[in-house]
Amino acid sequence: MSSALIYACTGAALFVFGVTGLILLSHLLRKILAFNIMGSGIFLVLVGLGQRSGTPDPIPQAMVLTGIVVAVAATGLALALVRRLLHFTGEIRLPEEP
Amino acid sequence: MKNLFNALVIVLFAVLGLTLIWVILELQPPTHVHLSKQVLTQLDASGVTHPVTAVLLNFRGYDTLLEVMVLLLALLGVLAQIGKREQRNLSAWFRLSQPYLQVLLWLVRMIVPLMVLVAGYLLWVGGHQPGGAFQAGAVLAAAGVLLNLSGVLPSWAEPAWNLRTGLVFGLLVFLLVAAAVMVVASPGLLLQYPPASAGMLILLIEMGLTLSLGLILAGLFLFLSGDAIEDEAEK
Amino acid sequence: MFDPIPWLILLPLAWGCLAFLAGVGRGGRLAFAGLIIQLALTIVLARQIAMEGARHYAVGGWGAPLGIDLYVDGLTGVMLLLIHVVTLPLVVYARAYFSCQAEGVGYFWPLTLFLLAAMNALFMSADIFNIYVTLELLSLAAVGLVAAAGSAGPIAAAVRYLLVTLLGSGAYLMGVALLYGTYGSVSLTVLGPLLAATEISAAVFLAAMLMLTGLLLKTALFPFHFWLPPAHGSAPAPVSALLSALVIKASFYLILRLWFDLFAPLVTIPVAQLLGGLGAAAILWGSVLAFMQVRLKMLVAYSTVAQIGYLFLLFPLMMLPIPEAAESALQGGMMQLVAHALAKAAMFAAAGVMVLSAGKDDIALLSGMSSHLPLTLFAFALAGVTLMGLPPSGGFIAKWLLISSAVNGGQWGWVAVMILGGLLSAAYVFKVLCQAFLPPVAGVKFKPVRRVLEWPAFLLALISLLLGFRSGEILSLLGGG
Repeated sequence: MSSALIYACTGAALFVFGVTGLILLSHLLRKILAFNIMGSGIFLVLVGLGQRSGTPDPIPQAMVLTGIVVAVAATGLALALVRRLLHFTGEIRLPEEP
Repeated sequence: MKNLFNALVIVLFAVLGLTLIWVILELQPPTHVHLSKQVLTQLDASGVTHPVTAVLLNFRGYDTLLEVMVLLLALLGVLAQIGKREQRNLSAWFRLSQPYLQVLLWLVRMIVPLMVLVAGYLLWVGGHQPGGAFQAGAVLAAAGVLLNLSGVLPSWAEPAWNLRTGLVFGLLVFLLVAAAVMVVASPGLLLQYPPASAGMLILLIEMGLTLSLGLILAGLFLFLSGDAIEDEAEK
Repeated sequence: MFDPIPWLILLPLAWGCLAFLAGVGRGGRLAFAGLIIQLALTIVLARQIAMEGARHYAVGGWGAPLGIDLYVDGLTGVMLLLIHVVTLPLVVYARAYFSCQAEGVGYFWPLTLFLLAAMNALFMSADIFNIYVTLELLSLAAVGLVAAAGSAGPIAAAVRYLLVTLLGSGAYLMGVALLYGTYGSVSLTVLGPLLAATEISAAVFLAAMLMLTGLLLKTALFPFHFWLPPAHGSAPAPVSALLSALVIKASFYLILRLWFDLFAPLVTIPVAQLLGGLGAAAILWGSVLAFMQVRLKMLVAYSTVAQIGYLFLLFPLMMLPIPEAAESALQGGMMQLVAHALAKAAMFAAAGVMVLSAGKDDIALLSGMSSHLPLTLFAFALAGVTLMGLPPSGGFIAKWLLISSAVNGGQWGWVAVMILGGLLSAAYVFKVLCQAFLPPVAGVKFKPVRRVLEWPAFLLALISLLLGFRSGEILSLLGGG
């Protein structure tokens, strides 16, 4: 197994950890962290699969850079919203399903 | 019921994870399309010599255009839902005693100019080595956060026209370059830089983006940190 | 020949930046002017598609797979026309709405313009990674708009919406990563023929599953609908109208595109039946819950959950072995998409006026609304006619086409669901109308509203009603690409 495949498999594992956390955890900060773990997993898969031949492929690298920026933007917005929710309800949790 | 749901989710995603790993191990490298070779053969026409920068700002420059809009949107979302903001100084909040504050200020005075220099270097080096506008913008934003945390730069209130201009400056430069190229150089073709001037145009776009991305990323922190004291004061 | 495609990408982004530059609460006039220009560009593009057929457009001149390709066909033309026709009256509405109720106006205009930019880019994209970026652009704009109302309810709804939509795009991006790992390209034009020509590996199946599930989550198909009613029901009325009418249609459009253009070699009848079954469940569950709501905007939001269900009936019907049945299923599904977008925008706009006038979002407070705001109530009723599927509305044509397709194929189960769904939507529409025709409760005062607030809803409802007479043009544009 080449090192690129180890990256890709680790990425797959991180992806499912992140998704499971995003669904099951109730604390919103943990949910946001889980989303970031999920994202990192996807990026690892993209980059890992891209360099199976030994040389890094610039296309997935550029995509991952784009993906990171999008993830940063989403994280920033999510944190701001969660702070606002804390301000209103005093809790960092979503209210029960309506 | 809740436990059953949790167990079900865990089992489902464990299966998904194992399937993913199996699929990745089984996967054969692509045989039909060899994009990295195409990137290298077209690199000369892209105006830069670093392949990732060539992909980001030329071959897939359209993705990058949309991506900076995503960042601006996140900031708009933050601005849209925050209540009253005030320009306040964070150092008062930390209540640092005088000697510590002196050390901190000294450190910040040393580091921030260096960070600006690093940002400039990263921007310039992006053409042929790892680096570029996003990295440079991130360093600038970090400098802004540092200044804010050490009490030199107050938090930002509702942005006035000058800050708003700075925030969208790079995006407007990008759009203007795209429109100008489309009207003058290659009529009707979006983001098709003439090879001779591609390098210059990309550098122009990257300079604008560095400024705006730095401000936007810093804004994600600085607009909120003004809010922080407000909350603290209420409690 | 003038090519509107690049301008349809660049201009809305520029409007968004300029509206932000204009400052807090400003940009309404700019949005109106910008939208008129874009509507004109869209009409030019639709005419070009109708005359010359579908075409590709290589951004940067590189061409797929190195660069990003755009692709416009009849479906793209219909979607682009739809979003502009729906948004233009809503812009007039929103200007009037926020002049009565300033809450949430802050950055409404730049966010809305970026929302439109994202949809334009999304509908024209032929690159699955580029589509991911446009999806995120769309989601962040939509979440920002929901959160802008600024109290606890909308913020909680926005957080839930954001997390769900991020999960959806995460699953989608994982699929993109697997496809890139398999074929070395993210261009739909390259991937489509490759998938058709080569043996499908397990990775591609998994990718298809992840991408479609992610998009279903964003489209709020039952049982993934839980995030939609609070988000659409608690946002300011112009935002609710935009989200319910257009934003969920964007991810549905992608499902349609991927299903037919990319994953056509691996879709099977059981999967299509599953999607149809979820659609049927959405119709029944959403309609029943809509009827049980006490808040007007929540009722309209649950009605969206139900109406999304009809869209998914086209998947099993299109798998029918009879070509005419499959064709009328696709036409019916698209008519449903167009008619629902117009009617739902009208309904949310009308509901917003009534809530504004009553001062509180409560159906019980609507007694006497028939004499106070007859035009708005009329608009609500006309939109209801489309949702129920009564002639001559666009909704009638849609449901007629879907039902005739199902009858043609002998699929009586789907026929029963659609008829039952129509009756249930009549029930929740009449629940509102009956309350509004009751005599006013003594002591309850309605606030007067500006007339300009009433007309956009009426106009949208009227278009959705008259759509039935012009459905031929839409269907021919759809087939022309």
